[in-house]
Amino acid sequence: MSRLQHTFAELNKRGEAALIPFITAGDPSPQRTLDLIRTLAAAGADVIELGVPFSDPMADGPTIQAASERALAAGTTLKTVLDIVAQARRELQIPLVLMGYYNPVFRYGVECFARDAMAAGVDGLLLVDLPPEEMAEIKPMTDAVGLPLITLLAPTTPLERAKRLAAAAEGYIYYVSMTGVTGTQAVSPAAIRDAVVQLKTLAQVPVAVGFGITTAADVQAVAEFADAVVVGSALVRIIGEHGSDEGLLDKVAAFTGSLKQGCKK
Amino acid sequence: MSYEYPDARGHFGQYGGRYVAETLMPALLELEQAYVEVRNDPEFQKEVDYYLNHYVGRPSPLYFAERLTAELGGAKVYLKREDLNHTGAHKVNNTVGQILLARRMGKKKVIAETGAGQHGVATATVAALFGMECEIFMGTEDIRRQSLNVFRMKLLGAKVTGVTSGTATLKDAMNDALRHWVAHVRDTFYVIGTVAGPHPYPMMVRDFQAVIGIEAKEQILAAEGCLPDVAVACIGGGSNAIGLFYPFIGDSQVGLLGVEAAGLGIETGKHAASLGAGSPGVLHGNKTSLLQDADGQIQHAHSISAGLDYPGVGPEHAHLHDIKRACYVAVTDDEALAAFRKLTEIEGIIPALETAHAIAQVIKMAPSMSPDQIILVCLSGRGDKDINTVAQAMKVEL
Repeated sequence: MSRLQHTFAELNKRGEAALIPFITAGDPSPQRTLDLIRTLAAAGADVIELGVPFSDPMADGPTIQAASERALAAGTTLKTVLDIVAQARRELQIPLVLMGYYNPVFRYGVECFARDAMAAGVDGLLLVDLPPEEMAEIKPMTDAVGLPLITLLAPTTPLERAKRLAAAAEGYIYYVSMTGVTGTQAVSPAAIRDAVVQLKTLAQVPVAVGFGITTAADVQAVAEFADAVVVGSALVRIIGEHGSDEGLLDKVAAFTGSLKQGCKK
Repeated sequence: MSYEYPDARGHFGQYGGRYVAETLMPALLELEQAYVEVRNDPEFQKEVDYYLNHYVGRPSPLYFAERLTAELGGAKVYLKREDLNHTGAHKVNNTVGQILLARRMGKKKVIAETGAGQHGVATATVAALFGMECEIFMGTEDIRRQSLNVFRMKLLGAKVTGVTSGTATLKDAMNDALRHWVAHVRDTFYVIGTVAGPHPYPMMVRDFQAVIGIEAKEQILAAEGCLPDVAVACIGGGSNAIGLFYPFIGDSQVGLLGVEAAGLGIETGKHAASLGAGSPGVLHGNKTSLLQDADGQIQHAHSISAGLDYPGVGPEHAHLHDIKRACYVAVTDDEALAAFRKLTEIEGIIPALETAHAIAQVIKMAPSMSPDQIILVCLSGRGDKDINTVAQAMKVEL
């Protein structure tokens, strides 16, 4: 059983939804990211999504765009991100999923990347701009090393397509809670409830919900019907505002702890 | 030669495709289906032709540049006068087609990205014509360089949204247009201005621009009784170039030559030669040749011409480059400025700075060709919009 499967199985036994915080790797610096991973894990995160910074993040709103820019300015590359994962993996068992855009992975070389990612201890890969129509060009390489490719589904995905994608999904499904970019609108739990409940019947893997979830109350509302809840921009905003402060880790820990409370059903 | 691209999945060899977030995939599949339906629908084609003829003013003339030819002392130079189209550039050929498709699909709002502002103006124009809501995304750096076009768009009723992220140029305008489209995909049609973006855009924009080459082929045959030796066009994303080239791809005796912007010089790193100095990568929904660093981060392009200031290029050009059916060269800002002045002075035609890159290449190559050879060049747009930039480069105060 993989770390991801193990984590979801344990949570399922306890009747809890998984809390999946997202942070941009290298924001404000690679060293600080390692501290943040430790903090998130200790404060109740169940899985961590690490954003791989890209110069042109076309699915992200201003908050995560700015985080990408800070990370790139700090010299973060895909190699740096893998190094961060490898260091975290020496002391932590929490599943770490990389989320980002295809070009840095393409440029790194998919085969090398898949091998290096597994060696570093990456548990899943979510490439926002690599839809199922184009996935065939990397799937043989990720399959060869057993790296799950996380599938995105959106409110605009028609049912027939959702059935097909859900049946083939690996790791977990990331359901985008709204038609928009990250962190720009608030989630409406009531509006997505039916879609997520239906999706859970179609999928063999857990269904996570993300985009627009910013408060403990949002988490609680979504955790009622989702297997996992992703919080990104709200956390990245705290890092953006307090990146160099002494108190950053305490603030992140307190926020994460409050979010985790909402996951307990 | 047999040339059937893109394939069913929107790929031109290793390039093209649909590298977008899931939120947009259903919209692209819907667009593809709608486009495939109209592509072979004579009624739709009749409608497009009607507006191209009576509104845009097509066919555009093919003009023998007699004085330029004499001055260069080599090959005959013919100019395909896309600058004489309504709105002053080739861009409107595509926006007419896309807005008619948008209407068929029942969309009420259109958005577009723009660099030099020509595509923004062409989109705002057809939106006004059909009474549709229109929003144009434009980098604030380009808004500064192209204030005349910004005002034109506003007069036409469009909302112009400044984009400050990244380099505040065309690349970033396209990022923000895509972000806006993700959030409004249900009722909004995205009118992409060049042969880039996800499938079916590179194919669709090419088809709408192919009227340039189709007409030019007939016109040159009527004028000279033979095909040109080489067809030349400037390339940013590459829509006027593919429009000119596409109908000649099967005519292997016709050389196809794309001219990229070398900016301050390729060796300075400040240029926009995505084919000449780029490498394969994925940006804005397609795989193509890009200016990028070793880690896959997109690099800043530079060109005096806002329309060429883009770190990528249409995937079909990347493919034509790979299979060596087309050649690509680059000319500098200074060479383009000199060509801009030359054409203005001896033919009385003020070209767009983008177009001046193609003219600069003609000035370089025509003298070494023989007088019975023919160069067909796409005069993609007129230069009124660039007067401020040129005055500044010449250190003239207006």
